[in-house]
Amino acid sequence: MSTELAPEVAKTRRFKFNWVDSFLWFVRVAAIIAITVGIVGSFQNFAAGEGPSAVAWRDLIISSISTGSMYGLIALGYSMVYGVLGFINFAHGEVFMSGTMVGLISATLLFNNGFWESNPIISIIVVLLVAMITSTLVAIVIERVAYRPLRGAPRLIPLITSIGVSFFVQYTFAGLFGVAIRQYPPSPPRLAADLTIFGTTFPISGTRSLVIGVALVSMIGLWYFVTKTKTGSAMRAVAEDKEIAGLMGIDVDKTIVTTFAVGGAMAGVAGLMWALLFRGVDFLTGFLPGIKAFTAAVLGGIGNLPGAMLGGVVLGLFEGVGPLLVLGGLGIPGVSQLKDAVAFAALVLVLIFRPTGLLGERLGSEDRV
Amino acid sequence: MKNKRSLRFLAVLGVFSLVAAACGDGGVEFEAGELGAVTVEAGEDIQIRSLNAISGEVAFLGIPNERAVRMAVDDYGQIHGHDVSVGTGLDDLCSAEGGQQAAQTIVSDDEVVGVIGTSCSGAAEGAMPLISEDGLVMISASNTAPNLTSDLEGTAGSSYFEGYYRTAHNDLFQGQAAANFVYNNLNLTQVALIHDGDPYTNGLTTAFENAFEELGGTIVLHTAVAREQTDMVPVLTEVAAEGPELIFMPIFPAEATFLVQQAGDVEGLENVEWMGADGISVENFMNLPESENMYFSGPDTQFASNTNESTDLSGDQFLADYESEFGEAPSADFWGHAYDATTMLLEAIEEVGVVDGDVLHIDRLALREALTAITGYSGLIGEISCDEFGDCGSSVISIFQHNNLADHQASKANILYTYPES
Amino acid sequence: MNLDHHVRKWGPVAGLIMSFMAAIGMIRSFDERMMINPVLSLGYIALLLSPAVFGYMAARGEVSLLEEPDRNVGEGAVKGAMVGAIAGVVTVAFMLVTNPFDLSGFFPNINDGMVDVMTFHQGLGLGSLILIAISTAVGALGGALHGVGDMARAGIFRALGWVMLFALFELVVTDVIDVRPIVRFIYAAGDGLQFWSALIIGGLAWFLGVRYAGKRAELSDAAKASEAGSRLRYSLIGVGLLLLIVLPMLVGGIVNELLINVALYILMGLGLNIVVGLAGLLDLGYVAFFAVGAYGMAVLTSPLSPTLAPLLNWWVALPIVMVFAAIAGVLVGTPVLRMRGDYLAIVTLGFGEIVRILLLSDWLTPYFGGAQGITRIPGITSGPVTISGTSPELFIYMTMIFVAIAAYVSYRAQNSRIGRAWAAMREDEDVAEAVGISTVQAKLLAFVTGAIIASFAGALFSAKVGTVFTNSFDVLVSIIILVVVIVGGMGSIRGVALGALMLIGILGGPKSQGLLTEFAEFKLLIYGAILVYMMLKRPEGLLPSVRRSRELHGAEAEQDAWLKGDLIDEDAEEAIT
Repeated sequence: MSTELAPEVAKTRRFKFNWVDSFLWFVRVAAIIAITVGIVGSFQNFAAGEGPSAVAWRDLIISSISTGSMYGLIALGYSMVYGVLGFINFAHGEVFMSGTMVGLISATLLFNNGFWESNPIISIIVVLLVAMITSTLVAIVIERVAYRPLRGAPRLIPLITSIGVSFFVQYTFAGLFGVAIRQYPPSPPRLAADLTIFGTTFPISGTRSLVIGVALVSMIGLWYFVTKTKTGSAMRAVAEDKEIAGLMGIDVDKTIVTTFAVGGAMAGVAGLMWALLFRGVDFLTGFLPGIKAFTAAVLGGIGNLPGAMLGGVVLGLFEGVGPLLVLGGLGIPGVSQLKDAVAFAALVLVLIFRPTGLLGERLGSEDRV
Repeated sequence: MKNKRSLRFLAVLGVFSLVAAACGDGGVEFEAGELGAVTVEAGEDIQIRSLNAISGEVAFLGIPNERAVRMAVDDYGQIHGHDVSVGTGLDDLCSAEGGQQAAQTIVSDDEVVGVIGTSCSGAAEGAMPLISEDGLVMISASNTAPNLTSDLEGTAGSSYFEGYYRTAHNDLFQGQAAANFVYNNLNLTQVALIHDGDPYTNGLTTAFENAFEELGGTIVLHTAVAREQTDMVPVLTEVAAEGPELIFMPIFPAEATFLVQQAGDVEGLENVEWMGADGISVENFMNLPESENMYFSGPDTQFASNTNESTDLSGDQFLADYESEFGEAPSADFWGHAYDATTMLLEAIEEVGVVDGDVLHIDRLALREALTAITGYSGLIGEISCDEFGDCGSSVISIFQHNNLADHQASKANILYTYPES
Repeated sequence: MNLDHHVRKWGPVAGLIMSFMAAIGMIRSFDERMMINPVLSLGYIALLLSPAVFGYMAARGEVSLLEEPDRNVGEGAVKGAMVGAIAGVVTVAFMLVTNPFDLSGFFPNINDGMVDVMTFHQGLGLGSLILIAISTAVGALGGALHGVGDMARAGIFRALGWVMLFALFELVVTDVIDVRPIVRFIYAAGDGLQFWSALIIGGLAWFLGVRYAGKRAELSDAAKASEAGSRLRYSLIGVGLLLLIVLPMLVGGIVNELLINVALYILMGLGLNIVVGLAGLLDLGYVAFFAVGAYGMAVLTSPLSPTLAPLLNWWVALPIVMVFAAIAGVLVGTPVLRMRGDYLAIVTLGFGEIVRILLLSDWLTPYFGGAQGITRIPGITSGPVTISGTSPELFIYMTMIFVAIAAYVSYRAQNSRIGRAWAAMREDEDVAEAVGISTVQAKLLAFVTGAIIASFAGALFSAKVGTVFTNSFDVLVSIIILVVVIVGGMGSIRGVALGALMLIGILGGPKSQGLLTEFAEFKLLIYGAILVYMMLKRPEGLLPSVRRSRELHGAEAEQDAWLKGDLIDEDAEEAIT
């Protein structure tokens, strides 16, 4: 039988494709126009002395980058798991949340006996370790209990399981810790103040620069780990093709556990950053950041670690600066409400403009189109 | 012998009822009005219900109210020899469909006379059509949305249903009070408003906006945050850009905490005054150092000296009783409204109840009329009088400034303004 | 003493689960609900479920499909007792470790009240021993249960099951049997069954089960394969449908209200079933279409709809709402046409959130009411009759009509050309393209059909509640609909119905209460646990379509069926007959 399409079918198919393609082109053009008009409008406002001052814009941008760095840290976990196992681990947001909530216990204990204020650096390191260990443990347990038995299943199944795990962990924490929002002790004053290096004071608070710095360091550390160490190579091999990696003598199970553990550790770091910046945590703290972090991972290119971090920062900028810059410029009232809508719209637009994400995907042989 | 006597008695009764039925409304003492009546048989309880938000994140609002209802029932005692039963506390899920579902449970039981609830105004929207249609009454201790009663100028609210009453204030009232305070007392004219997408908070900011602009002030920005939003720097930047003198944010503790904590990170908000409402005049917000010197508007909570005329209980005694029974202080400030709502209902039941031997008849229409006619009733919240649309609240709004992080009650007594001005 | 491997495995697990339930406050919270008054509360049932179940499992040992397991009462009881003992000890250890410290600052549910309930109000010393003893005894019973003969075991399960049903569903039973004296006989004044009624119900269940076991087996055999069998099947289905139609008239308002909620979820489940189950598109933003339907109807029919208030009749507005939904389906579907499955999930989730945020925004308040929503939405007016939420016994019929329509559309679509195109697309998109299927058309059609069905649910919802606020349309609703479809059985209409009935009806939906209101706090926890369990053990759902089973288990499913002696290949059957 010939594999050529029957002429009528080919004709309708071509027509349909044109219709879809032209719709997407329309969306692209409309988006570019709207965004440009918005930005121009904002500049006009700025020139006329309305709207946020230059200082305010600068602060907003810095703050958005720091929030975005946190999304990036969480996104690393999503990206790695997707690269290796090929599904979205919805429960990763809860891995992040568990780190912050358990870290809160240690932070409160330290605060209550004065240690937090007298030795801030050691305190923060202790809380960081607690958060990282908790997140790593939670991630490993989840993998062992919920994902390992489903190793060979169609991809939809582990994804749905992860949704179940997400609910379960959320409400376990709700039951254990109660539903009220809890506060971390305040950031040590030296940290909260603006960053001062060698006498020059930068217009960014110590806390925020710590967040960005830690994210960068983690990113570099992780990149080094993945590209230069043996375990890292094993992870990349398993991501590339599980079966063949197994045949080559790599312990696939152990590598996958390592992937989850590293992702969990990154989420734990993000947890501490969150605690220092925002201080308020409850059992739902992981839900929205989890979704946004996955959005960031897709934005940057799934499976791609620098992409995840870049996607995080870009998403932070889009959702922090976007509403004010673009929608404010278009004259829409009450723009801050639309923050999340902007974040998701940005995702859609990026995927329409560049379907493989900003830095391109990096997937295993099974998932590659 | 006994059998014959009871047989004869039954026969007489039988004839009596036949005659009564045949004659229409002659002969029997009690006649039900057009909404029907509840007949409480001998040995049975009078049934009322509590419908509040008792689960989830807003449980801190609903639980004290339900407890107050039960305490009021216990304190009031029997009515015409019958006990009063509250049954299982119902949950309004703080949503219209939750309110409707709970209302369905209530009206399915023919014996329920009245309901104390709901917590959330949205739930009342869902519940009232059912409650009203079946002739029951509902008295809310927490709903403040204007459209549930009236615009305070004689026009019924868009969601007003007969049988609805409330001891909580109407938001138009609080909006006016807050606007007066800011404009006249603080002499500030540039205000930014933040709500959180909830009909209550949005209703309050809108009421403030209208009242404030009428006084001559300017609302420089009316924006919102999303529930569970944590990063507030963008919205604070938006607010700071408009240069307000005061920010009025009648929202809830979670988002309010993030706002005041992150305000320090945003340039331009250093000298801004902050004002909240009853949603955040709660312990976990007032503990924050950043909340010091903030203004809070809300229903007057200085009930210590007020006494409920039905049970002779003072506000102080209520708090002591609550603490000893539940081991904690009430988590929200509408307990007085709930207590008074319950005693009002019980008083009205007692007033319209027609005793017929061991049986008690409660006419539904008479009950509504009795409630609407309430004037000068002394409750924990002050003097209560109901208007034709169900607004019964003593309607005293007070605005205090938080000046004592350690002793919140002392702060709440630091009242700077009361509305209506005397 | 060499402990059996299974005892060593399940003992600690049971203990951990018991401690977990205590730590999250479940035991104490459930203790408020009496099952058998005055002896047994739901809290203790939950607590002792673990040693019972795991005692049974330890007695069962390894499970294999080919061999019949060893059934020995004595051995089973011993193993179960050991599991129970270990579980009790673990739980007591948990209490002993946590009690000295005041942890209530961090863990509000680990407090003296918890210990009080767990130790049967006897304090830590005596109570701990009692707990271990009772746990051992219950474990022994569970283990012994495995050992008794099949008939006895079936009888015990049936008796226990019916007693639990009557106890848990007190509200329904009371609603149906509206006669006070009978109700007072069965149930005690505070809630819970009377002791004697529990015995009577259990006894009756056992007796009737035994008596009619034979008849039931006959019926079940007869209803299978053959010609006469299919006639019997159809008549059974017919009777079932008749009962369904009569049911609302028999039960009261409470149950009808619940049934409407269940029916709305069945409706949305059927729609999502087409998108996810048939076409394989993982849509996590399905609630957007529900919102379009609800807000569309609100804007068109409510006198309070801001800006434009055309005040149309519900029936007249419905086609317009369907058009809105179709447009929404195209708008959502087109950008995601070329996206891979997981991207599709997150993008559709994003769309769902975008719709909700826009409806809530101050910007679009002049059209959609913003935070204040749209109120005073009239019910469904057909001539002189208006059906709305105030008459649930009538509204349920309206909902049933649309469920029937959706079920019919689903059924026809499944077995039509487009259905097969969807199946092909689900299996392998590239191959489908190659054989001439326009995946673009197929995908868009799936989205549009799903959107229209969801908009039916939205339109009904509007008319029922009478007000729309955006908090009814958040991402949780989308996820729950997905859970319903998956747990029930993807691709199967009966599955969706069962899933909705079990999850929404019994546990409660995200915005409504189910029959078991005690579970409200732990609802989503249980949802999560059920979901994980189902995916691990039975990913095709409870009542899957045969095709789905085959897809997921492939040869396994057919092998199992052959071993159990009931291989029914519906497609093959149809081909033959």
